[in-house]
Amino acid sequence: MRLTLREVMLGMRRSPLLSTLSVVTIAFSLFAFGLFGLLVLNVDRALRGVEEHVEIVAFLADGTLPESISAAMGDISAFPEVARVDQVSPEQALARARAELPEFQDVFDASFLPPSLEIRLKEGHRDPGTVKDVTQRIQTYPFVDDVRYGEDWVKKLYDIRNIAGAAGIALGLLFAAVAVIIIGTTIRMTVLARSREISIMRLVGATDGFVRLPFLIDGFLKGLVGGLLALLLTWGANWLISHNLIQTFFFDPGIAFLGVLGGGIIGLLGSALSVGRHLRRV
Amino acid sequence: MIRFSHVVKEYPRTGLALNDVTFRVNKGEFAFLTGPSGAGKSTILRLVIVEETPTAGEVRVSGSLTSGLPRAEIPRLRRRIGVVFQDFRLLEDRTAEENVAFALEVTGAPREGIPARVSRLLTQVGLASKGTSYPKELSGGEQQRVAIARALVNDPVLLVADEPTGNLDDRATRGVFQLLRDINAAGTAVLMATHNLDLVKRNTYRVIEVNRGQLVFDSAEGDGGAATVTSSTPT
Repeated sequence: MRLTLREVMLGMRRSPLLSTLSVVTIAFSLFAFGLFGLLVLNVDRALRGVEEHVEIVAFLADGTLPESISAAMGDISAFPEVARVDQVSPEQALARARAELPEFQDVFDASFLPPSLEIRLKEGHRDPGTVKDVTQRIQTYPFVDDVRYGEDWVKKLYDIRNIAGAAGIALGLLFAAVAVIIIGTTIRMTVLARSREISIMRLVGATDGFVRLPFLIDGFLKGLVGGLLALLLTWGANWLISHNLIQTFFFDPGIAFLGVLGGGIIGLLGSALSVGRHLRRV
Repeated sequence: MIRFSHVVKEYPRTGLALNDVTFRVNKGEFAFLTGPSGAGKSTILRLVIVEETPTAGEVRVSGSLTSGLPRAEIPRLRRRIGVVFQDFRLLEDRTAEENVAFALEVTGAPREGIPARVSRLLTQVGLASKGTSYPKELSGGEQQRVAIARALVNDPVLLVADEPTGNLDDRATRGVFQLLRDINAAGTAVLMATHNLDLVKRNTYRVIEVNRGQLVFDSAEGDGGAATVTSSTPT
């Protein structure tokens, strides 16, 4: 292992320009991927934020007994999809309307507003199908006059989420593939620059594993350093956007760590492929 | 030591390089491999050091059949063969000592014994005082001696030399050739590809001549010896 590490260090010292170029290429490839990841993360967060507003409002018939309302609230709360149920009295509804809608400024009598139940759903149960299903179950209560949930709005929101998700996966795969190709090509340059050494190693009887190991470590280390640089660049870009344009979220530490590790793994795989191909040819 | 039986080697792009070549080099023997450029000498050497395998026929080196030899076994076989090239193939950024030591290190030799072994080998090739010199600080003959020292690190049973004197002047050629003779005298078989007809004629070693991919002369089977070599063209 000492000899392998010495070879890794020698390789880097021997061609500092190529090593730097490899690290910078890996860093910028991963930076582009990181920016895209940041975009996906923030769009997803924004859509989740909007999604939290998905709620079902059940308008109750006048004169519904409080015991019936309480029992229904208990039942509905027990639905596996339901996060919480709140009762809204006509007075509360009027106060809200007065706060939000100017045309209600002069209205003081709440008696024309029906009491209602506001039902919020758990995360993962806010898709149009589930919302409709829960709505239909609520409609079966005899004292429920009407149930509304903004069918069109929920559907549009979900369409946007699905499109964003599919585009995210497709573009993410594309970015990842481009990053792997660029990184693989850069590492291949390193392998070709040392092809003479590889041929000598093989001539004197070095095993393929022995020849391969320094390159794998070299690729992994360059990938890690490139990944760290990419993380720094992405963090810097996020800081600039957050301070100058809009508030954005950054990756949590676990994801950031995985990103850096991903850089190392891409470097390792790029090296393994390049050296493997080279060894098969010589 | 080396046994070629009806060996055919064909490349997809350049076609037939060797056609039905059969010969044998025995343990401890010294043989010249001659022939014009493109005759197939290098192909034969590549087959011996298992850089290639035959398209048809059999190549056996030190008892091992090279076709179908598991990939993991090839390095082990190569450690029993020393290889020397016309262009020396030294690592330019390592000293003479480091070049020789490198061959020991990559084969997993115990570290403690390496300096003494390297020193002994450099002394054997007459370069005891040049151990810390880099290849570019050495003459062609000296570089080839380092390459020979490197080829000897694993006490090979066979030394394969591809035009080892091709880049050297007469004096250096004589010195390197004498070194190869000494190595052979110590029991290592030597197969030396060369264009140098003077060298071939001045010695009574066996001559194997190839031309256009075929074995056209083998002094071990003919009656003449080195003097009957005719078609090699010095470059």
